Amino acid sequence: MAEFFLPANSKVRRDGRLYKAPSGSTNVRVFKIYRFDPDAKENPRFDTYELDMDHCGPMVLDALIKIKNEIDSTLTFRRSCREGICGSCAMNIDGKNALACISACADVKHDITIYPLPHLPVIKDLVPDLTNFYAQYASIKPWLQTRTPPPPDTERLQSKEDQEKVDRPSACILCACCSTSCPSYWWNSDRYLGPAALLAAYRWIVDSRDEAAGERLDNLEDPFRLYRCHTIMNCTEACPKDLNPAKAIAEIKQMMVLRRH
Amino acid sequence: MPARVRPTSPHATIYRWQIGNTLSILHRITGAGLAVGLVALNYWLVCLADGADAYASALRFFKGPAGLALMLGWTFAFMYHLLNGVRHLFWDAGRGFERTQRRVSGWAAVLGAAALTVGIAAWVWPRL
Repeated sequence: MAEFFLPANSKVRRDGRLYKAPSGSTNVRVFKIYRFDPDAKENPRFDTYELDMDHCGPMVLDALIKIKNEIDSTLTFRRSCREGICGSCAMNIDGKNALACISACADVKHDITIYPLPHLPVIKDLVPDLTNFYAQYASIKPWLQTRTPPPPDTERLQSKEDQEKVDRPSACILCACCSTSCPSYWWNSDRYLGPAALLAAYRWIVDSRDEAAGERLDNLEDPFRLYRCHTIMNCTEACPKDLNPAKAIAEIKQMMVLRRH
Repeated sequence: MPARVRPTSPHATIYRWQIGNTLSILHRITGAGLAVGLVALNYWLVCLADGADAYASALRFFKGPAGLALMLGWTFAFMYHLLNGVRHLFWDAGRGFERTQRRVSGWAAVLGAAALTVGIAAWVWPRL
């Protein structure tokens, strides 16, 4: 059953710490960041950091790194490539899921509020537990499945048009921005696969070289795994790679109908 | 094993309202409102079958301020649910998923429903 409200251990306390900007700063921005320390016996809290933007890079990730380096080394977050291709720094910025490294502080007009990705177990601060998300991705068998033997002297070739069908969906970086933006996924993540896994399933179903489309569709033919998508479209709004999981899911639903005829 | 049960990160209360999720929840709210409206429709039909006195009392309710406000609400709910249902029909056919299409069709559903509601109200009002 869906839990619409946060359990008692998850309510965010408002009495967090305030880290003032150094005196004399003229270009101050306020960052309100969700903090959770698994070693303390306390609920999560909000800490407020004032940053002098004259001495900080333009992106939200730059601000987080500045906080960690210069103000509060206990702040914990994932990051790696800092150019929007690894998907590590996915978080909820100003109410919307995004990658911190390609989100400009200047695009937020008021105080910048940062939460971990929504409705996930929090390991520490902005680091959520994505075990279920990865397990769901694995469950759609994201690899080429064939029955026919490969051609003897060449690779399995594909026309340019067929390649274009998988080109965009293959650009997914599994950052989880889409799945954790989806209200259906919040309420049913134990049974609904979510937009990221379904987009990945679509990518293999439409691949002209894959020979397991039938089994892949069989696996999705379920009231929850596929059909909890209600075209809310938070996924497509959130995708930092500008992909369209909602459309991919709609096309899978169509294939489900079409294969019965 | 974590030392304690991990907290759940905040979700519905912190996510930004955008046209997609706002209109989606509005579709559900208007749908639920229309289900309640069926009860009112039944009340009207039962009164109609029950004779002139009962029908007159039903009309008194529906022509009263509360009744008129409810009818206005149900008119908007019906029109919005209908127009947004057409959007869902297009989505089920795999169309209308691009950003501009989503925004234009969303605003068309809301503004269209509002215009139809105002039009119907303007037509009904002099005839009350």
